[in-house]
Amino acid sequence: MFKPSEDVVADPKEQQGLAGGAKTIEARDVNLFYGDFHAVQDVTMTIAPNKVTALIGSSGCGKTTFLRSLNRMHELTPGARVDGHVTLDGEDIYGKGVDPVEVRRLIGMVFQQPNPFPTMSIYDNVAAGLNLNSRRVPKDRKDAVVERSLRGANLWEEVKDRLDKPGSGLSGGQQQRLCIARAIAVEPEVLLMDEPCSALDPLATLAIEDLIAELKNRYTIVIVTHNMQQAARASDVTAFFNLDATGKPGHLVEVGATNEIFTNPTEKQTEDYVSGRFG
Amino acid sequence: MESASVAAGTSLARPSSLLASGAGWRRRAKDRLMTVLIGGAFALAMVPLISLVYEVTKRGIPGLSLAFFTEDARGVVGEGGGASHAIVGTLVITGVAALISVPIGIMGAIYLNEYGQGRLRRALTFFVDVMTGIPSIVAGLFAYALFELFLGPGIRLGVMGSVALSVLMIPIVIRSAEEVLKIVPDHLREAAYALGTPKWKTIVKVVLPTAFAGLVTGVMIAIARIVGETAPLLVTTGVVDSMNSDPFHGRMQNLAVYAYNEYRSPGVFKQAAYDKAWAAALTLIAIVMLLNVAARLVYRRYKTEIR
Repeated sequence: MFKPSEDVVADPKEQQGLAGGAKTIEARDVNLFYGDFHAVQDVTMTIAPNKVTALIGSSGCGKTTFLRSLNRMHELTPGARVDGHVTLDGEDIYGKGVDPVEVRRLIGMVFQQPNPFPTMSIYDNVAAGLNLNSRRVPKDRKDAVVERSLRGANLWEEVKDRLDKPGSGLSGGQQQRLCIARAIAVEPEVLLMDEPCSALDPLATLAIEDLIAELKNRYTIVIVTHNMQQAARASDVTAFFNLDATGKPGHLVEVGATNEIFTNPTEKQTEDYVSGRFG
Repeated sequence: MESASVAAGTSLARPSSLLASGAGWRRRAKDRLMTVLIGGAFALAMVPLISLVYEVTKRGIPGLSLAFFTEDARGVVGEGGGASHAIVGTLVITGVAALISVPIGIMGAIYLNEYGQGRLRRALTFFVDVMTGIPSIVAGLFAYALFELFLGPGIRLGVMGSVALSVLMIPIVIRSAEEVLKIVPDHLREAAYALGTPKWKTIVKVVLPTAFAGLVTGVMIAIARIVGETAPLLVTTGVVDSMNSDPFHGRMQNLAVYAYNEYRSPGVFKQAAYDKAWAAALTLIAIVMLLNVAARLVYRRYKTEIR
């Protein structure tokens, strides 16, 4: 089962080899609702470990909703409902007796708006996952986790002299990398990113994309993006979502290797979208 | 001014309707009229406030002395004596009221904002709104009736006053705390959830610290609002001339009732009693002002920038 376990803190390199953390996600017949509104219909797809999977599609097609169903964040919206199965390496995360809190420890998330905790220092933001999850962690171990996570997010050199300063004092791009550091500090197996660069300038975006390319060595990464160049640059697999009309549920049109989707898609809709004819 | 700009417009040989038209003059006149009206309304609102503070200060200062703050009124007839028992009583009664109201009020607000849903939530919000409108004497009678049930008729205790004031204070605290919790953005809660943080811990470690300054400010303003209540204390804490700082034992004086009493039954030495009543009123206003200033300082010191 989803063990809360001490080894969440431990370096996975010591434990399971470099790529050991990443896991496969399988979504089967996933239907998502907000009250009566059917937001996403019948999505079945496999998300491979150590790959970057991009979810693209026009606004309102349910990509973000689908992403949020992968770590049980969708159900936090009042009235929201999930149908179907999502498994993490074969285990149903919606199974009976599965604690959503444990699921979220294994499947981290980075949001559209950089959202460091405004009351916490840079150090405490990165250590937040450890502090908030109630386990007493010795100071030197915590220091090590903070440094490793900040290095992992390519932020260490920029902030190492001001770890006690508030995280809100950083630039937007640095804040987003701080949020990534915060997410990887709890050593998740999957990292979900909801348009992580949409609030950032091109240079900061480039830094995040470089980071994503490094992170995929250790994690399964799913990224929602509106930016097709970004999907083309940063992802290995692309899934195209679309909806027939406003008010109709969004659905998965096709999923495939990114260069296939962008150069030689199977579906006409996909071709129209990636070539910029709509969306 | 007007003609000059028209001339400038024409000299550039660019007929500008913006500069030449009469509409601009009208708009400016309207703008000026509104400014005068709004300024006048503000001045009008300030008149009672300033005259009140001025009058209370002018009349209150003669009654102030060292004795006013250090002595009680036991056995005092006419001049002399003090209101220390009333000051202590006000602080104790209000303090205990705050001790009761703050946890209940903040937890109530947490329930309404973080947990409550649907009908129950709406019903509770409605009753909180009704409670903010309860006449204060009703709160006093409620507290009296409650304690009378257990301790018999004629009972007067400081803590009864605190309970009465809590009835008035709790809805104010809930209201202000709820507003503050609403401002804490959802993306911070979600960030905590996404790290695998349970809900209660998210509230304790993320939501409350982020809202801290606003919560403290709300509590202080609620205290300032009830510290000068008279009616509920008249029927619950009684009237007494000597010092009593034990809310669970015997009658307890407070500044509002003290002022009321000195004014209502001044005895033979009228002027001395009136002076003391005004001095008590001034002290009360000073306490309220101090609370408001403290609320501002706390807010400035601890507020979190929320985007």
